[in-house]
Amino acid sequence: MSGASQIANILGTNNVKTDMDLLAAYAIAGKTPSEVVSPSNAAEVVEIVRHAASAKRAIVAAGARTKLSMGLPPSRYDVAIDMTRMDRVIAYDPGDLTLGVEPGITLAKLSRVLAEHGQMLPLGVPFGAHTTVGGTIASGVDAPQRQLYGTARDFLLGAEFVTGDGVLAKSGGRVVKNVTGYDLHKLLIGSLGTLGIITKLNFKTFPLPLNVRGFIARFRSYEAALDMRDRIARSPLLPMTLDIFSPGVGRLFASAAGAGAAREPMPEGILSDDEWALTTGYSGNESALARYEAELRKMTAESGATAITIASDTLPAAWARKREFIPIAIASSPATTVLKIGVVPSKLKLALRAAGDSGQKHELPGVAMARGVGVLYIALLPTDAGVESKRRVANCVGAIQSAATELGGHATVPWCPDAWKNDLNIWGAATPDWEEMRKVKNAFDPGGILSPGRYVGGM
Amino acid sequence: MDSPLLRDLKSLVGADSVLHRPEDLLLYEYDGSVEVARPTCVVFPSTTEHVVELMRLAKKHDTPIVGRGAGTGLSGGALARKGGIVAVFSKMNRILALDIEDQRAVVQPGVVNSDLSAAVANVGLHFAPDPSSQKACTIGGNVAENSGGPHTLAYGVTTNHVLALQLVLPSGELVRIGSSAVDAPGYDLTGLLVGSEGTLALVTEITVKLTRVPECVKTLLAIFDTVDDSMETVADITARGITPAACEMLDGWTLRAVEDYVHAGFPRDCAAVLLLEVDGLREAAEQQAIDVADVCRAHNAREVRVAKDARERDLLWKGRKNAFGAVGRLSSTYYVQDGVIPRTKLPATLRQIDTIGKKYGFQIGNIFHAGDGNLHPLILFDQRDPEQFRRVLAASDEIIQFCIDQGGSITGEHGVGMEKDRLMPLLFSDAELEVMARMRNAFNPTGLLNPEKIFPSKKGCGEIHSAPLAAPGRPHA
Repeated sequence: MSGASQIANILGTNNVKTDMDLLAAYAIAGKTPSEVVSPSNAAEVVEIVRHAASAKRAIVAAGARTKLSMGLPPSRYDVAIDMTRMDRVIAYDPGDLTLGVEPGITLAKLSRVLAEHGQMLPLGVPFGAHTTVGGTIASGVDAPQRQLYGTARDFLLGAEFVTGDGVLAKSGGRVVKNVTGYDLHKLLIGSLGTLGIITKLNFKTFPLPLNVRGFIARFRSYEAALDMRDRIARSPLLPMTLDIFSPGVGRLFASAAGAGAAREPMPEGILSDDEWALTTGYSGNESALARYEAELRKMTAESGATAITIASDTLPAAWARKREFIPIAIASSPATTVLKIGVVPSKLKLALRAAGDSGQKHELPGVAMARGVGVLYIALLPTDAGVESKRRVANCVGAIQSAATELGGHATVPWCPDAWKNDLNIWGAATPDWEEMRKVKNAFDPGGILSPGRYVGGM
Repeated sequence: MDSPLLRDLKSLVGADSVLHRPEDLLLYEYDGSVEVARPTCVVFPSTTEHVVELMRLAKKHDTPIVGRGAGTGLSGGALARKGGIVAVFSKMNRILALDIEDQRAVVQPGVVNSDLSAAVANVGLHFAPDPSSQKACTIGGNVAENSGGPHTLAYGVTTNHVLALQLVLPSGELVRIGSSAVDAPGYDLTGLLVGSEGTLALVTEITVKLTRVPECVKTLLAIFDTVDDSMETVADITARGITPAACEMLDGWTLRAVEDYVHAGFPRDCAAVLLLEVDGLREAAEQQAIDVADVCRAHNAREVRVAKDARERDLLWKGRKNAFGAVGRLSSTYYVQDGVIPRTKLPATLRQIDTIGKKYGFQIGNIFHAGDGNLHPLILFDQRDPEQFRRVLAASDEIIQFCIDQGGSITGEHGVGMEKDRLMPLLFSDAELEVMARMRNAFNPTGLLNPEKIFPSKKGCGEIHSAPLAAPGRPHA
């Protein structure tokens, strides 16, 4: 009996699919699984993984499939486990601001559930219209709101997951403060499905901010924009978002690619094509909003801004694009290559200079988004996906990665054409702690069947 | 004649940095919990190289080794349950680097929590985790236990403020994990290590985030005639999406003990008070203070006092932070639980604690982080009576079981250690514990580092020792 038919006995034939057209939708870098299975509960996930483990078949977990290409291509890929049938809210206690969900629920649907109670998760991550909560956690993508709320590691309270040898495991809980046992759930964040198949996630929720304003200041140089970032950091202001955009982003946001991100057109006059823009969002009562505006105006004057915009009605359209910066960049070139750089905030200036110099030297157009916390996204936008473009991108990426390392930071390549994955250093420079990570991988996935090869060092 | 282990230790760190006579070891048999365990010897490393060598010596002599900061822990985490070496980090207490612009500090594990905040106070920064023991406890200990404190309600616990660690693994390898820049590629090993209770590695360097001191702080004292009203208030504040910086509850009995000790002007005739703090941007904090006071009054607060100045605020906090010391004056011994519940269950849980106290005939005081739902019922008893201690544990277990039944947890900030390992099966199945243990085995395969902690041993409750005398004023979280 084939693996597929064995699993069909458990899930029912409707939930095990092997037709070629469907399988193609789960392909990663040209590798197609031989079956797609759709469990409806954790017990079924356990069975699926146990079968796969005994047959040494490799499993990749999928949600909305918006980020399957992240990381290295899997070295083996037999089964796609589609988690979208597991899309229930398991527990929601609005009075306690805690939540437990299955991983397949989309962020959009969950946001509606939370909004009914005036609450939210600060996960304004890209691919927001389709992405699932499980995919958001497993990919570790960040959101503009991290400026105030931190990242998932700061509000993921617990998780349940199935290890590579088919054991249903859990850690944490659904209370806001808890030190009972190891925080295994933190390891799952950004693990690309290499440690376990997530079956449940518990979060702390937050009140929806009321009276949100956006403040956009334009500058002739990134030095001036970063100067304003530093002024905000030294001030008592606590904005929710703080992101700096390079020249060229305005054109991208107004383009057809940008139109995919929001129904409303990009408001005009917010971004300009030859200037840098610092965008920040904040909320509060009328007197707090007035204070923000007054302080920000003062700072823009001191930093030498050329223009400012204060947005409230036009905010959703601009904000949707800010959130979708990466997908918009991906849609803007046949070979978009996105670098994610982490440096301490005071080194953003040098990181931006290195990226700019390198882009110029290798004659590659590109755009940048710098987050106030010290994360810099560089999207290289070659005009074609040819060999010459690949050579230039590889050289440029290498130079930026060296610069990031020299600045005490790190640089990975979360997105690039599949065919280029092996020519670029997707995970950046190897570090000695990868050996400790390998211990973690082996402990959770002793047979090496979970998304093999996708992670750091080809783990 | 020294044993081979003592000879090796003395030649490594010098004879004056090794303790081994029984009278010298006495202090290190205890921490802030009711647990007791005697080490074979105590060593004071002063360098990372010492720690590497200590780990190698532990391996060479097949001897357990346990890290220890100030010994203020509340679950026996820093006790040598199986004997062996206790490595005390008090000599590794230097702040290695301050990066004010980026709000980062690199510290050795023996740096005292409040010393770091003091070192950056002049530039308007602080280290946000603030356990009540912060004037004594070390950042290394905070990292091991993932310590909390009153202000973690808004600012998060230790793990939310740690970016990178230098570790000495049980194998003797020195490894750096995480990065001072956010989002280091790869698994979040830092997130795993913080709160691992010293069972995976010894930490020799810690990179933390520093937080800006808010421009405006408002401290309120809300006075209630019933515990129920105070708990309904907390549930309502939470449900309205107001997150104060701190929200602490003291019941009337505890309050009277505190007032006798610190003379902070707490009312002696009330059933409960909430000590509330809001902070941030002046305009926002002032509004929050009004909102919080309104909620208190809507739930029948008899009076809501607002501290007029820093002196009044400090006095209120002095009462809170010295509460355990104050209780120590009334009873030689007390047992503190650390259960957590959803905030919506606060009123019912406090009623249940009262019922359990009456059932077992104990005075149970409540002083806890109400905003987090992190309970600290405090049971007074006479340690000379073993039968009483058995009943204390029974009452305590009943409280913990109730917390679990409400969807809660067995420890919010004190750790599992050797105190609650036997309770772990109440929350985790054997299979779930086995997966967790894989982490310990991956990093600590011989089990020589801090053995018999977190994971339930097979010996059961008989292992729990009688309690030490609780010293008045001993810092407590």
